[in-house]
Amino acid sequence: MGGLVFGAIYALVALGYTMVYGVLQLINFAHSEVFMYGTFAVAWVFILLHGTESASWSLGEAVPVLLVALIAAMALSAGVALALERFAYRPLMKKNAPKLIALISAIGASFALAEAMGLRDRFAEVFGLDDNLADYVAPGKARDVYSSPVTIREHDLFTIGGYTLSDVDLVIILAALLMMVALDQFVRRTRFGRGIRAVAQDPESAALMGVNPTRVVQLTFLIGGLMAGAAATLYMMKVGVTRQNAGFILGVKAFTAAVMGGIGNLRGALLGGLILGVMENWGSALFGQNWKDVVAFVLLVLILLVRPSGLLGESLGKARA
Amino acid sequence: MRLNKVFGASVATLALSLSMVACGSDDGDGGSDADGGDFCGKNLAFLGALTGDAGALGQNMVNGIELALKEYNADNADCKINLKKFDSQGSPDKAPALATQIINDDTIFGLVGPGFSGESLATGKTFFEAGLPSISPSATNVTITDQGWTTWHRVIGNDDAQGTADAKYLTETAGAKKVFVVDDGQDYSKGLAGKVKDSLGDALVDSDQISVGDTNMSAIVQAVKSSGADAVFYGGYYTEAGLLAKQLRQGGFKGTFMSGDGSEDPNFVKVAGADGAEGAVLSAPAAPAPADFGATGLYATQAYDATNIFLAAIKDGVSDAQELNEFIGSYEGDGVSGPIAFDDKGDIKESKIYAYFVKNGALDVENPEAIE
Repeated sequence: MGGLVFGAIYALVALGYTMVYGVLQLINFAHSEVFMYGTFAVAWVFILLHGTESASWSLGEAVPVLLVALIAAMALSAGVALALERFAYRPLMKKNAPKLIALISAIGASFALAEAMGLRDRFAEVFGLDDNLADYVAPGKARDVYSSPVTIREHDLFTIGGYTLSDVDLVIILAALLMMVALDQFVRRTRFGRGIRAVAQDPESAALMGVNPTRVVQLTFLIGGLMAGAAATLYMMKVGVTRQNAGFILGVKAFTAAVMGGIGNLRGALLGGLILGVMENWGSALFGQNWKDVVAFVLLVLILLVRPSGLLGESLGKARA
Repeated sequence: MRLNKVFGASVATLALSLSMVACGSDDGDGGSDADGGDFCGKNLAFLGALTGDAGALGQNMVNGIELALKEYNADNADCKINLKKFDSQGSPDKAPALATQIINDDTIFGLVGPGFSGESLATGKTFFEAGLPSISPSATNVTITDQGWTTWHRVIGNDDAQGTADAKYLTETAGAKKVFVVDDGQDYSKGLAGKVKDSLGDALVDSDQISVGDTNMSAIVQAVKSSGADAVFYGGYYTEAGLLAKQLRQGGFKGTFMSGDGSEDPNFVKVAGADGAEGAVLSAPAAPAPADFGATGLYATQAYDATNIFLAAIKDGVSDAQELNEFIGSYEGDGVSGPIAFDDKGDIKESKIYAYFVKNGALDVENPEAIE
């Protein structure tokens, strides 16, 4: 069950990779940092509303704070995603720079964002703000792990075949599925969704038909950011801990999920995320926790060998209306 | 094939160290006071984590060292000893380069450190070949003193003593029937967790390993719950220990959580949260500092004692590195952390293991229970 939970989170983050790839044919490697900023937004909300005193709440007690945290995380992540689009990609796109250059820009932006978060105590000093996250763990060590003051205590609901499902797990899986179904319907049924698919298929023709490609690209980053923010909230519910490089491995996993499902394909991201989560959980139960990442990446290699286009190798642009 | 590699590596290391020694002595001839055996105005080095996941532990050690130096320098204004700090972040990858810097620095006559076992194993040979005496306040892996590095000492009991005591505590005092053992794969952690596993006998139900930097322990939590364990032992440092304790409690684990001296730090409670840490037992081969001691934190007293051994040697009038090393080897005295004397391997002769408890949301550092 732990696998499904993380699978759902991977899938939400994978949406960001897959949508940007679908529209721009570009891997947004800084998307993992978009997620990481979301986790810190959740942390800040908890500190702001609750203080640094640690407590343990049941899921019911935490719901109002979690809703505020969700909004904050989605807002911050979307903001970071839009800023990325504006400063790291749009200038390059305008100059018609090769895709490789944009990829390098993405990697650079990823490091810059992670390091900026690591140095946040210095910035906070300059502005006279202090989130107390820095000395919450150890003096002057903002780069260290940050642990949310509020632990959400899980209650077991039922057990199937030795796997126990807790209320937190259930909420995470349902919330993630709900968001993905909503996004899928958004892309398939609304005018904006049609615009996204049009640009994905053929940017020039779409522009001629009156679709504003810049607007569509912005929308894509916005949605990717919102989903990453939601994923960050769910992640903090379950794990309760983040650090300035929290996005790295999770980002690579989500990217893996996107590739496994067929990059550029929304439903593929969902399928890839869930499969990856379950497989790595199963792998770590079988070989030990240390092998978790190995299992995930071996799986990726195997799928790429057998089916290079991914499990559902159909891209956003070619998706049937 | 393997032999050849080992041989090649040793020859290379030997050549490298010889060239370094050569450099060192060249520089030494330039300064006339070097042969005088006068350590005035020179430096002790500290090598250990000052930042990174276990930075708080290194900071504790520095506090202890600085306290000892402050006391010494106040009494000996004409012969001050200073400290040079080298931040390895506790990493065996970063420590060797710093070790090279230390042995090439003529102003450094001794080392308090290295802080952790991994970096000790990675640098011991370098210091031994350069003849630089070192006293570690905190590295407890058993194999370090089996390497024959005669310049290497520690003022803390090794992991064999602690692991045996921890297993005993879990099965006898805490009454655990099934114990799940986890470690983070580092030298210190594997050594300690391994000894606990060996000593548990039939009470060991299963074991697993995590990686340093993991934040998501859900797979282990699942494994612990399905194993039906009533106690978890974790070998490693406080960050991951805190995360594991937090997520175990979050997932509904009700048994005893125990970890070793790498986790015996108030930061463990900060990471785990008061709720996650409540009731946790953390062992350490160290008694709490005396009430009026001017430095706080785990290893501060050991670092203070280690520093004082060097300072006692200077007072005794030792004139070079070899004499300094012999002085340390035959040192006997009562430190604030307990009686200090070394066996011929560099291990401390007497050490007692204490269990510390997290009570009411804080690590009670003053009232540990001695594990007999």
